[in-house]
Amino acid sequence: MLEGILLGLQTAFSIQMLAMVIGGCLIGTFIGMLPGLGPMSIIAIMIPVAISMGDPAAAVILLAGVYYGAIFGGSTSSILLNAPGVAGTVATSFDGYPMAKQGKAGKALTIAAIASFCGGTIGAVLLMVFAPALSSVALLFHSAEYFALMVVGLSAIAAFSGAGQVAKAMIMTLLGLMLGTVGEGTMFSLPRFTMGIMDLQSGLGFVTLAMAMFALPEALFLVLKPAEAGQGQAEAIKDLRITRAEAKSIAPVIGRQSIQGFFIGVLPGAGATIASFLGYAVERNIATKEEQDQFGKGSIKGLAAPETANNAACTGSFVPLLTLGIPGSGTTAILLGALIALNVTPGPRLMIDEPQIFWAVIISMYIGNFVLLVLNLPLIPYIAKILSVPRNYLIPFILFFTLMGAYIGQNNATELLLLVAFGICATAFRFADYPLAPLLIGFILGGMLEDNFARSMQLYDGISFIWERPMTLGLLVIAVALVILPSYRARRARLRAAGVADGD
Amino acid sequence: MALDRWIALILLGFCLVYGYTAWFTMDASLAPFMKRNPVWPSTFPKLLSVMGIGASLIILFGLEKNEGPKPVEIDYRRLLDYNLGQAVTLLALMVAYAICLRPVGFIISTGAFLILGSVVLGERKWHVMIPVAAIATLVVWYLVQQVLGIYLRPLPGFLGG
Repeated sequence: MLEGILLGLQTAFSIQMLAMVIGGCLIGTFIGMLPGLGPMSIIAIMIPVAISMGDPAAAVILLAGVYYGAIFGGSTSSILLNAPGVAGTVATSFDGYPMAKQGKAGKALTIAAIASFCGGTIGAVLLMVFAPALSSVALLFHSAEYFALMVVGLSAIAAFSGAGQVAKAMIMTLLGLMLGTVGEGTMFSLPRFTMGIMDLQSGLGFVTLAMAMFALPEALFLVLKPAEAGQGQAEAIKDLRITRAEAKSIAPVIGRQSIQGFFIGVLPGAGATIASFLGYAVERNIATKEEQDQFGKGSIKGLAAPETANNAACTGSFVPLLTLGIPGSGTTAILLGALIALNVTPGPRLMIDEPQIFWAVIISMYIGNFVLLVLNLPLIPYIAKILSVPRNYLIPFILFFTLMGAYIGQNNATELLLLVAFGICATAFRFADYPLAPLLIGFILGGMLEDNFARSMQLYDGISFIWERPMTLGLLVIAVALVILPSYRARRARLRAAGVADGD
Repeated sequence: MALDRWIALILLGFCLVYGYTAWFTMDASLAPFMKRNPVWPSTFPKLLSVMGIGASLIILFGLEKNEGPKPVEIDYRRLLDYNLGQAVTLLALMVAYAICLRPVGFIISTGAFLILGSVVLGERKWHVMIPVAAIATLVVWYLVQQVLGIYLRPLPGFLGG
């Protein structure tokens, strides 16, 4: 492990990589601050740039920097404007915005920055410990297990999507898988579902789909509902210092939430949003009575908890990506797509075949967190000025960047029409409360899922691999249980509630 | 019927068409030697279509109970209360951009797109709009063409672009 760390240090501390981290964090903060633009849109917009750099390590480092920056920027707009740019920072606004209204915006931003820094750094340490262990287990996996593992990942995403949403998340995942079968597959050189259109022969572009699912609907929502566009004026930010007593009171919160957030982030489908809400709830429950009254009115503990948890969860979500090659969230799915485009397949072999990428990403996490703390914090009063960019200029530019991203990826104008068509569909899905991330995850995993499935079918001459390999069977049973359990429990709870109402 | 069930109906139709292709038409062009394989190009799509039909039926018939309506960002039932016209015009503008990009060239299409986009949203400060659009267009063109090395035809064909 030590030589790995040294290799990572060597790669990550080159001038080019440092520039990537710093640039990524700054860009991420800038755009993440804009209300309505989440990290997924920002990363989707940045992919063409990252891919065309050609160096996988630099690309991942840039995109990961953008990711942390976006989360940090999102907390800034949550605190200053009560307009979270990112779902993961909604809980931040519960106590951050009241603090800003009391004139303590500077203090709130400092606490947010420190909490993010600690959450991210502790998360990176945990990642360094757990990822190698997990990938050595994963090396024992066979393509049948890989197939089953991906099924587990996909069903976990559906299962954790919330009550009443399981079927919707499932159909979106399946839709993603179906879109992934368009074009020529790798196993069979036979065009499928192209409807005779030449441009579909190579399949749908993943950048196009990512833009259409996230960036375009968000831009359209900004147009449809202008009030959300954050036209509020940020007040002057001063007094960034926190006292020793305040530091002492948030230290245990940060410690607990780093660990809790990290493990929630590791679970597929959970991620930063759930981690931040859960972190907030847990800290409120274990606080003393008088501290509990402060929650929601500007409690520093209530601010530190979600900020630590969401950053730790971001780091945690890299564990399944780097060790199993299975993304647990929309953001890591986009990162996976970018890596595949650069000819790197994340998974247990990554640590052995391309250790410089694996370790450089981990080391860059420390650098990224450090950059956010040291560089961004003093710059925040200036960066916050972007909040006053008029939306009349902002929106055309967002739309233009989505178009450019789709065009650069494929160099094909048909792709732009597909982008608009999918974007309209995605907006309709959002109206009807269908989750979009499962579609993209399904799309990206589709090819690998089918390859592993076809390989196991060929090796075992049929589907007997399901019962002949106990681990595969076990994983598939878990997958089915994950999907059925939430509706079963909801049904039982409903029956019980109905029984109480009808009976005595 | 609520929008989510209408969408489920459309998705059901999509899955049926997809399934029809996978079950009935796709294997027609399969080479005879490939038919001895345990897995065909259509195997995985067949599985997907069956599961997809199942999932869309669950939503369509409301078999999975919701916990009451949730607060949504935009209420689609009152879509006309929002800036629907602007959104639709911008989408039309994007389609126009897609069609014009090749024949008209990058610089004119992009400049026009950025300016018209702002105009649609109600901006009338021409002295700000035009320079901003022009600078942005040239900077992006320079970055894409020179730094990333991806060819973008800058001018219309008849001007030698």
